[in-house]
Amino acid sequence: MAGTLTGRLMESLLKLNNCTIRFGGLTAVSCFSMAIAKGELVGLIGPNGAGKTTVFNMVTGVYRPTEGEVLLAGERLNGLKPYAITGKGIARTFQNIRLFGSLTVFDNVRAAFNLHLKHGPIHALTRGKAFLNEEGAIEKRTLELLKIFNLERFRKAMCKSLPYGDQRRLEIVRALATEPKLLLLDEPAAGMTPTEKSNLMKLIEFVRETFDISVLLVEHDMRVVMGICHRIYVLDYGVQIAEGPPSEIRSDPRVIEAYLGEA
Amino acid sequence: MSRSLLNLVFALVLCASISFFGENFIASNFAYYYDILISIGVNIILATSLNLVNGYTGQFSLGHAGFMAVGAYASASWSNHLDPIIFGIVNGSGNPVATNAAMFVSMLFAGAMAAIAGFAVGVPSLRLKGDYLAIVTLGFGEIIRVAILNLDFLGASRGLSVPGTYTNLFWTYGSVVLCIYVVLSLVHSTYGRGFLTVRDDEVAAEAMGINTTKYKVAAFVVAAFFAGVAGALYAHFKAFLTPEGFNFFRSVDVVVIVILGGMGSTIGVVFAAVLLTILPEALRGLAHTEFVPAAYQVLLENRLILYSLLLIILMLTRPQGLFGDGTAFKKWLGRSRAD
Amino acid sequence: MDKLIEVLQQLVNGVSLGSIYALIALGYTMVYGVLRFINFAHGDIYMLGAYSGFLLAPLFAHTFKFGEFDTFTPENTLFILSGAGLIMVLSMMICATIGVLIERIAYRPLRERPRLNVLITAIGVSLFLQNMTQYRLGADPKAFPQLIPVYVIEGLGNLTILTSQLAIIVATIILLIILRFVVMKTKIGLAMRALSFNPTACSIMGVNNDVVISFTFALGSALAAAAGILVSMDSPSINPLMGNLPGIKAFVAAVLGGIGNISGAALGGLIIGILETFVVAIGFPQWRDGIAFAVLIVILLFKPTGILGRVEREKV
Repeated sequence: MAGTLTGRLMESLLKLNNCTIRFGGLTAVSCFSMAIAKGELVGLIGPNGAGKTTVFNMVTGVYRPTEGEVLLAGERLNGLKPYAITGKGIARTFQNIRLFGSLTVFDNVRAAFNLHLKHGPIHALTRGKAFLNEEGAIEKRTLELLKIFNLERFRKAMCKSLPYGDQRRLEIVRALATEPKLLLLDEPAAGMTPTEKSNLMKLIEFVRETFDISVLLVEHDMRVVMGICHRIYVLDYGVQIAEGPPSEIRSDPRVIEAYLGEA
Repeated sequence: MSRSLLNLVFALVLCASISFFGENFIASNFAYYYDILISIGVNIILATSLNLVNGYTGQFSLGHAGFMAVGAYASASWSNHLDPIIFGIVNGSGNPVATNAAMFVSMLFAGAMAAIAGFAVGVPSLRLKGDYLAIVTLGFGEIIRVAILNLDFLGASRGLSVPGTYTNLFWTYGSVVLCIYVVLSLVHSTYGRGFLTVRDDEVAAEAMGINTTKYKVAAFVVAAFFAGVAGALYAHFKAFLTPEGFNFFRSVDVVVIVILGGMGSTIGVVFAAVLLTILPEALRGLAHTEFVPAAYQVLLENRLILYSLLLIILMLTRPQGLFGDGTAFKKWLGRSRAD
Repeated sequence: MDKLIEVLQQLVNGVSLGSIYALIALGYTMVYGVLRFINFAHGDIYMLGAYSGFLLAPLFAHTFKFGEFDTFTPENTLFILSGAGLIMVLSMMICATIGVLIERIAYRPLRERPRLNVLITAIGVSLFLQNMTQYRLGADPKAFPQLIPVYVIEGLGNLTILTSQLAIIVATIILLIILRFVVMKTKIGLAMRALSFNPTACSIMGVNNDVVISFTFALGSALAAAAGILVSMDSPSINPLMGNLPGIKAFVAAVLGGIGNISGAALGGLIIGILETFVVAIGFPQWRDGIAFAVLIVILLFKPTGILGRVEREKV
């Protein structure tokens, strides 16, 4: 067991080592460690206020861990700005959808290609051949992505006019356009109908396989988490109380207690 | 050469030929309208460039007149000190090639100095949002004005005279065309979509790998550059500068144009610049006709009362401005929204 | 010894100037506390306060013999102060009403809109007040009637203190004590504090937020009006644009003290006032209007929450 664990940590894509974050006197997350292997789909669950989103914000650079370190493929991410962390290969979606409200569906995705852009402002003015070719390539790639997720017919629509479920999917497409190695999904099933949730589960699995990426999922809906995650971390009051495959988590007394309170 | 670049060259050539063939005719026969034409051009440059900051990037600068002042004084000083040397070399100030070259160089210098000022303002302002940013940019504008008031080599409160009125229709509208081209080409590229993402949601933009800081500085620098160019045109048109010409109310003028035109709509802002340059003149004319009772004359002559009401009513009823983000206007022109 | 007197002198000048900024800054900070928005037109309320006094004084000039006394004497002091006090209270009431009306007409309909829209409206309101005053009463400076006799108080040695400066400082202290009482000890004050803490929770607890916001505008505008009257006693030349610079400096004071924090605004006002006086005293009078902006830029860069402010995070 110890051997396989070490083996897994060796090849882990994302690693959190004893991360603690405090806001003033409040310790939101305490000594949290986590490892996600390449291609793995990991869930992060816990009751309200357990610190799940804080972990997200720590990984994506919105907050800076007070102690501990965040590593992506062995490279330290502490203190990097959010955009730089995205540049290293971590993309995310938001709990409360944060699309670019004044842009079309097409432009929402296109804007995310900014990250790997070869041309700059000067090229946008001179409009040379290389610039036009790259813009053409981005347009093509954007449409391809939209097509994969069946959003192509909305490409000229304003993103806010999309149905709720489609907006969530568009956020995922936008995140994928940054060509991440790790995708963080923050409560993607929130507000979805049971049918939409089933579709979402298929979608996440599909994304992970098609784009060959790891996924970290924060989710309240147990059916979704238990249904697709390979491994699950459980947080309560900022402290990890359990870790393991869904079958173990399901029957772990500490987890049940955290969710149901002391019975 | 791409099509948009060809259009730019064509537009510049058009400006040059109008200037070449029509300049003297308009200036001598319709002097009053000629003045208004130049003012319209200067206002279009100021407003379309400010629109990059306030409209497309969603920041709120209230200090555009400060950058204009930097440009105006920079170009005036340049012409005061260096034009005589240039003219000495190329034989006299009567030579149109020499004067136009001098104008071009002084405009570039004005733009560059203003751009540096824009960078200096942009970098510290990045941490600020909305109303704070507005006040700080207002503060920078005022500091620039106070500084000029205290710098003797810029004439301090006495004012500074500018040698040679080199501003003409070509330089004015050539700059208008260039400014519009730069703003539109920037915004309508994958790179430029970054400005809009900063406006819409900074957190999400950062999460998509967009360096929002860089975009804000870029917007400030480009906008300041063109404000500086507008300042140079103004300096070589009025031939005399005072710090009061660049006070807070001048900044407000530009902001009102941008808001009326619709923040983030270049075409709307151009239209609003034309409208708001002509309107005070037209109202002033109207004020002295028999239709207007004497008591209301002052009301019509004071553009700021008009502007203040315009701002309040627009915000209450149509905060997106006359044209919103310009989609309605583009539809009206019968074009699709694809960039 | 002379140096000490000089410093003391500038300190008194600074405190009396700073008191004015403090009174205006309180309006900015209280409105920011309940609405999270900078009331750009606040400096113009200060101007309107001065103009209210200018228009009111002639009505009472006969009764209170404005301008007829040369000095304070034990017999006339109470009489003079009640006359000046009446003008001040009436002006405060007028401006409180104007402040409430502005909020009701121009700001309230925009409460759910982006803050930028409200800011633009506030700029519009500011321009409107200035230019309407200019239009109705003329752009030229007006001489403010003499409400109290202004002269150098005797018996202080080399220290030159004017009665008007003393009036500013004493009146400010009284107003600050009253304000503190209102905010800390009354029900509406409690509601104000609750509202600035959490508007939603506040309205759930049965507080009528609209009433509290109106009251905040009334309170802030009244203080600004008092500042307008006090400043005009000291330098009796008023004009429609007089609110611009003090307005912005008071805003800087509010930010310096920590915007939203009432004690901070008073403290910030004093600091800015003293700083400005000393910049003039050490030989840079032409930079007196630049110093406030320099301070603003420095605070926003190094401690945007101000001296006494608290941190607010954007929820992601």
